[in-house]
Amino acid sequence: MATKIGFPDSKGYYGKYGGAIIPELLFGNIHELKKNYLKIMNTPSFKKEFNFLLKNYVGRPSPLYFAQNLSKKYQAQIFLKREDLNHTGSHKINNTIGQILIAKKLKKTKIIAETGAGQHGVATATVCALMGLECNIYMGAKDIERQASNYARMKMLGAQVIPATSGSKTLKDATNEAIRAWINEPLSTHYIIGSVVGPAPYPDMVTRFQSVISKEIKSQLSEYGFKKPDFLIACIGGGSNAAGTFFHFLNEPKTKLIGVEAAGLGIESGKSAATLILGRFGVLHGSKTILMQDKDGQITEPHSISAGLDYPGIGPLHPFLKDIKRAQYISATDMEAVEAGLELTKLEGIIPALESAHALAALKKIAFKKNACVVISLSGRGDKDLETYQNYLKK
Amino acid sequence: MKYNFFFTAGYPKLNSTLQIIDALQKCQVDFIEIGMPYSDPLADGPTIQESSKIALNNGMTIDLLFKQLHAIPFKLTSKLILMGYLNPVLQYGYENFCSQCALNNIYGLIIPDLTLEDYKQDFKKYADKYNIKLIFLITPDTPKKRIIQIDKASSGFLYIVSSTGTTGKEANLIDCIPFLKSLQVMKLRNQKFIGFGIKSKDQIDLLSPYIDGVIIGTAFIKALQGKPNLNKAIRNFVSPIVQN
Repeated sequence: MATKIGFPDSKGYYGKYGGAIIPELLFGNIHELKKNYLKIMNTPSFKKEFNFLLKNYVGRPSPLYFAQNLSKKYQAQIFLKREDLNHTGSHKINNTIGQILIAKKLKKTKIIAETGAGQHGVATATVCALMGLECNIYMGAKDIERQASNYARMKMLGAQVIPATSGSKTLKDATNEAIRAWINEPLSTHYIIGSVVGPAPYPDMVTRFQSVISKEIKSQLSEYGFKKPDFLIACIGGGSNAAGTFFHFLNEPKTKLIGVEAAGLGIESGKSAATLILGRFGVLHGSKTILMQDKDGQITEPHSISAGLDYPGIGPLHPFLKDIKRAQYISATDMEAVEAGLELTKLEGIIPALESAHALAALKKIAFKKNACVVISLSGRGDKDLETYQNYLKK
Repeated sequence: MKYNFFFTAGYPKLNSTLQIIDALQKCQVDFIEIGMPYSDPLADGPTIQESSKIALNNGMTIDLLFKQLHAIPFKLTSKLILMGYLNPVLQYGYENFCSQCALNNIYGLIIPDLTLEDYKQDFKKYADKYNIKLIFLITPDTPKKRIIQIDKASSGFLYIVSSTGTTGKEANLIDCIPFLKSLQVMKLRNQKFIGFGIKSKDQIDLLSPYIDGVIIGTAFIKALQGKPNLNKAIRNFVSPIVQN
């Protein structure tokens, strides 16, 4: 369904956020993509192949599960959108399937991508294996350490994983390295950005691919007898899961949209990734957005227990939604997220990714009416985070 | 042939800035391009990334750089250019930044991620007001029509990237000659300076029929690395390149 809010203008701006703020060296790549992405996405053959793969390869639609025990505890009707049950274990594959098909149409022979938690890296390596394209994944050296199983999966899938050793050695630095790699070998290479960040047209393109999440929520909720949810909750690093979860409800003002950022050790601790609270307007990775920076405009290093959320920027759609008061953004600390993850494990038998656990932590932070209909996007599964959970339990 | 040498402000030491400017002037370089260090320099290869990181750790800021430049005790004979990424300049404030440039004898600016479109809309009015020249980049992949637009917006000179890539990447410069020839027939209004991967006199001789100047960055930074006597290191590296 076409919505009014949620689309950028012709220059790729959501209000004052977005655009394509790139060195001239990338102009050709971005221009080619901008000229072609909608054209390709609107062809019947693309739609057919995309939908076929989402259904038969990814396993969509992902279930909308009524979480009975969680509902009882919080006196609400809580549904979980089970993106964790997708092939490769998170929502990331919705976007990589879409982008690899675009890359094929543009006759690209090589794919590069950045990854934080490794979920996007695995999803990219997977579609590259499927389509027989060469794949280079940039991953922060620190993230390689804390997400060892995803690192191993990417290697097994045939991707070359290149450690980013600059800065905080996490997602921001992996993104820098991926962009530099793209500058260095532009014409034959497509860069599959994993979130709704980066220069236009990436935020819009990734939002469109991820919007399948909210499209399904809408029809699945009606099967349960609900017209629309009172609350939609999703975690936010770059913001792709939240963008996809919110998209088809952006113009339904009765549904409250809640994004949950990672507060790390606490908003005031200096070890946080709560960009919308701590950041200010600036330019990062090709778009104008809110970002965490010092007074001189140097990007500061974020922290979160979740490798998928410790990003100092945020996709330009989100600060726009915040400004127009369409969505509300809150934060959860490392500890609150881990506890919410453990709670879901015990109550429902589902081990969530630490990213998704931040969304679950919102249940303790939001005041909702009794029996309110709450949909939480469970963006990924927690297998990759077992060690972090275990370490917490030992304490 | 004109010469533009690049170094990162605050590298190798916080207070190296004036010494390097002085030494480069003594080698009679035409332009001195001073890098304002940034945490996330997207268009730069490992050498300039590393120098930026060291400079930031040393405590370099835009404010401090302007203070250092303000205190130059010698006469400027080379033209000074500032190079840096957009975010720190945006935070400094475009007008504030341009006025400080004017106060401190800055001839021009290179801001690789300031797009032509944003320049026209937000930046040009201040650059014009304070008479600061804007030097834009073109690459062998830039479409002809866009080259003409960029040439129109540029002043000072046009920065020709030898081959699309980050700074310091090994480049086979022979490959860019057809591109340089195509530029010659376009009758651009700006002088053409070539950069990215330039490090030796031989390369410059090869390209000299097609260009007006060269930009040397990464190779110059490497020449400064670990050298206790900066003046000598600069003289040894720059003189053989600059002398005709």
